[in-house]
Amino acid sequence: MTDSTYRIRGATGDWEVVIGLEVHAQVTSKAKLFSSASTAFGAEPNTQVSLVDAAMPGMLPVPNRECIRQAVRTGLAIEAQINKWSRFDRKNYFYADLPQGYQISQLYHPLVGEGRLLIEADEKAGIPEDKWIGIERIHVEQDAGKLMHDQHPSMSYVDLNRSGVALMEIVSRPDMRSPAEAGAYLRKLRSILRYVGSCDGNMEEGSMRADVNVSVRRPGEEFGTRTETKNVNSVRFVMQAIEHEARRQVELLEDGGEVVQETRLFDPNTGTTRSMRSKEDAHDYRYFPDPDLLPLELDDAFLDECRESLPELPDAKRRRYIEELGLSAYNAGVLTAEVETARWFEALLLETATAQGKTPAEVARQASNWLISEFFGALNKIGRELADSPVGHAQAAELLALVGKGTISGSIAKQVLETMLETGESASTIVEREGLKQESDSGAIEAAVDKVLADNADKVAEYKAGKQALFGFFVGQTMKAMQGKANPQVVNEVLRAKLG
Amino acid sequence: MSDLTELGVKAIRDGVAAGDFTAREVAEAFNAAVAAAAKLNAFIVATPEKALEAAEKVDADRAAGKPLGEMAGVPIGMKDLFATKGVQTTAASHILEGFVPQYESTVSQKLWDAGAGMLGKLNLDQFAMGSSNETSYFGNVISPWRRNDGGNAALAPGGSSGGSSAAVAARLCPAATGTDTGGSIRQPAAFTGISGIKPTYGRCSRWGIVAFASSLDQAGPMARSVEDCAIMLEAMAGFDPKDSTSLDMPVPEWAASLNPDLRGKKVGIPREYRMEGTDEEILKSWDQGIAWLRDAGAEVVDVSLPHTKYALPAYYIVAPAEASSNLARYDGVRYGLRELPEGANLQEMYAATRAAGFGDEVKRRILIGTYVLSAGFYDAYYTQAQKVRALIARDFEQAWGQCDLLLAPTTPTAAFALGDKLDDPLSMYLNDVFSVPASLAGLPAMSVPAGLNSEGLPLGLQVIGKAFDEQGVLDAALAIEQRAGFAAKPEKWW
Repeated sequence: MTDSTYRIRGATGDWEVVIGLEVHAQVTSKAKLFSSASTAFGAEPNTQVSLVDAAMPGMLPVPNRECIRQAVRTGLAIEAQINKWSRFDRKNYFYADLPQGYQISQLYHPLVGEGRLLIEADEKAGIPEDKWIGIERIHVEQDAGKLMHDQHPSMSYVDLNRSGVALMEIVSRPDMRSPAEAGAYLRKLRSILRYVGSCDGNMEEGSMRADVNVSVRRPGEEFGTRTETKNVNSVRFVMQAIEHEARRQVELLEDGGEVVQETRLFDPNTGTTRSMRSKEDAHDYRYFPDPDLLPLELDDAFLDECRESLPELPDAKRRRYIEELGLSAYNAGVLTAEVETARWFEALLLETATAQGKTPAEVARQASNWLISEFFGALNKIGRELADSPVGHAQAAELLALVGKGTISGSIAKQVLETMLETGESASTIVEREGLKQESDSGAIEAAVDKVLADNADKVAEYKAGKQALFGFFVGQTMKAMQGKANPQVVNEVLRAKLG
Repeated sequence: MSDLTELGVKAIRDGVAAGDFTAREVAEAFNAAVAAAAKLNAFIVATPEKALEAAEKVDADRAAGKPLGEMAGVPIGMKDLFATKGVQTTAASHILEGFVPQYESTVSQKLWDAGAGMLGKLNLDQFAMGSSNETSYFGNVISPWRRNDGGNAALAPGGSSGGSSAAVAARLCPAATGTDTGGSIRQPAAFTGISGIKPTYGRCSRWGIVAFASSLDQAGPMARSVEDCAIMLEAMAGFDPKDSTSLDMPVPEWAASLNPDLRGKKVGIPREYRMEGTDEEILKSWDQGIAWLRDAGAEVVDVSLPHTKYALPAYYIVAPAEASSNLARYDGVRYGLRELPEGANLQEMYAATRAAGFGDEVKRRILIGTYVLSAGFYDAYYTQAQKVRALIARDFEQAWGQCDLLLAPTTPTAAFALGDKLDDPLSMYLNDVFSVPASLAGLPAMSVPAGLNSEGLPLGLQVIGKAFDEQGVLDAALAIEQRAGFAAKPEKWW
């Protein structure tokens, strides 16, 4: 494995950055981890709070099987050890957003053990080769509520809607060595979570956030003292936080100082981190097994169900696109990065193959190239994404079939697509109405070619004298004469025959 | 008409069903008894209207020929640790004073569904922490019993279910709910000459019971006969999907299956329970109990529970540890007491609220629990205590190789005077020495009156059974009850 060459250049030499991420991912589930209250985002404060979430006296937690299932499926997707026996612990601390006075989490016996995740080579980003990032564990825990400081001049309000929502804490090994690797890890993790359907990965809504552990060292030396920057909520911010934190630590060390093990906060406005609390002020969480809950024991049937319910994951899909569909590594990468893109592509592929009476592999390149180089750009232009595209895959397949069968040319297809996006009409309707059908009748083309050659006798003479480059001029003139509708292949053939 | 307050659960239920008297008459009689017994301080809140309402429904159902529940027409006392919808639930604490739940605990709901009515919420040691009922914010309960020395010293009704024991002994209610974490049903039952059973851990749902130590807390009935306990336990027990530690097992027909014939049964006598400091008269009653069980046909064998002496220290680590966490929710943010000194921040509000809202014993246990869970002490205390707990459970497992039941005293002494042990928590904790091992092992255990000591105070005997064998425990207790013929009752002075 080629190590990252990313270095912080200090006054006294190069420093290597060591990064570990703890990602909190909200489990996709209708109900909370230990109560039946809803988890829907954006509800009025304190409208999704059960007696359990509010920690009323005598209330007891009951594990939500769906949350456990989603965490297990996530574990399987990162090739992790699933612990058939796990247990919930209480993490005790006082805060107004934590009604129980403890968070139910898993310290000693997590649900998911050792796993790993592949980040792909990206020369431009300084990732020379594919790299496995170790994942130490995934455990399941409750989210806290939210304090609102802007409701009253001197008091804070508490919204418990999030209180008790299930989170997966996905803890990486300190295997990343550059902001780019951390970014790639987060994007890949997000992609897998969305494939699995265990988290919507929506960082803006707080469905996914990262605690960023950073330390620096001289290449090859022991790990340095790390800091933990809490609750960073976008890939870009994570990369910024690492960059800033690594530079800060290097400066500190080079000035003869020491890095203090502490918790820090990221300020998105300045891209910097600042101290929140040091190790000395760290809470003693007094973890102990939650006596309200029995150990979580999973049987084989449950694990089998989890395994069988997993979809094809991005790595496997990418390999299949390359090996079976003959796509370029680049196209395969682009199409598999997000589950929605892959789903869209696969639907398009099937319909395209059907429409053209071919196998998917035979139309895969056409469909993938069109999707990536034509469709994405066209959508981008109108400010849309696949999810809210006015043109569906069936309509797109019809357009591609028109190209595939030679009914319209590629350049006409662009024009047709634009109209489709504007009006929502089908490709054939537009082609029909605007008379865009490609002319493949060699008689009509021959007549046009004859006229072009007759009108440009001087150019014909030059061509025949050896000015081969004029061939393109004749093609262009012919196409122009036929309003772009001539089949370029036929035009070429006819021209070649006539010019001898 | 005879005094209805002398009747127990079965007699009332059957009498109501037979039309000998109405449920309303019963409720009125007990409401009056409760109202006249303010000196005992057994109730934090009386709810005569609830008792009447339930009684009227039973009478109406009977008149309409509808089937009646197992507790139909029986008014009971509810320990104020059970959440009761619309009725203040305090755990005898200041911090929950005025707290009115919008929900009903599973156990109390089952009792109402079986036709019982509520006379009121019974006093207890604050958050069920105590053995004398002196830690209640609402003042201690006074036992209806007095020594026969003419001294009139106010005696402890036991704890934590001291309101329950006093009320049942004083005929303020035919039965009451209790909860038992380390002996809180059995010890007060023994002190007041009544019966009480703590079933197997998980038999009764903990949902809606203010938590003290989750891995130990169990609800159970307290009444004046073994059969009444059996009837009431049947109504209280059952699987509850809202409690993850609830037992998913059918509830046996304990009452109908009661059988005091112990032929074929082996009763173990744990030799480690013969410990120093145990009252001579207690040891004598134990020997008497052994003779009664032999008389009932049981074979008596000597068994060893070698880790018994470690049970109390382990209990006083595990229970406070869980309590320190369970009681963190009383923080002044959402319900109950809030102390907000001028200009106080969040931490200061917590400190002020909890300082004012918790009594000394509760604070002591929160401190102990916080300490034993702290980084650096966790392994030495909590982990070690859990190992001891496992060894104690193993002791019992091994004993079951030799016997079906165990017989032991319930407490090392008879009821002590209020104030006697208040300044000596260790001596107070020692009161639980015989009851705590069964709690740590989650086993069913019952106290049944054996007789009076020379001071005229009741003594209890404890039967401990295998997990899920409440029937065996009840049968042996019934055998003792029949032979003890305990008919003593406190002379009314209140």
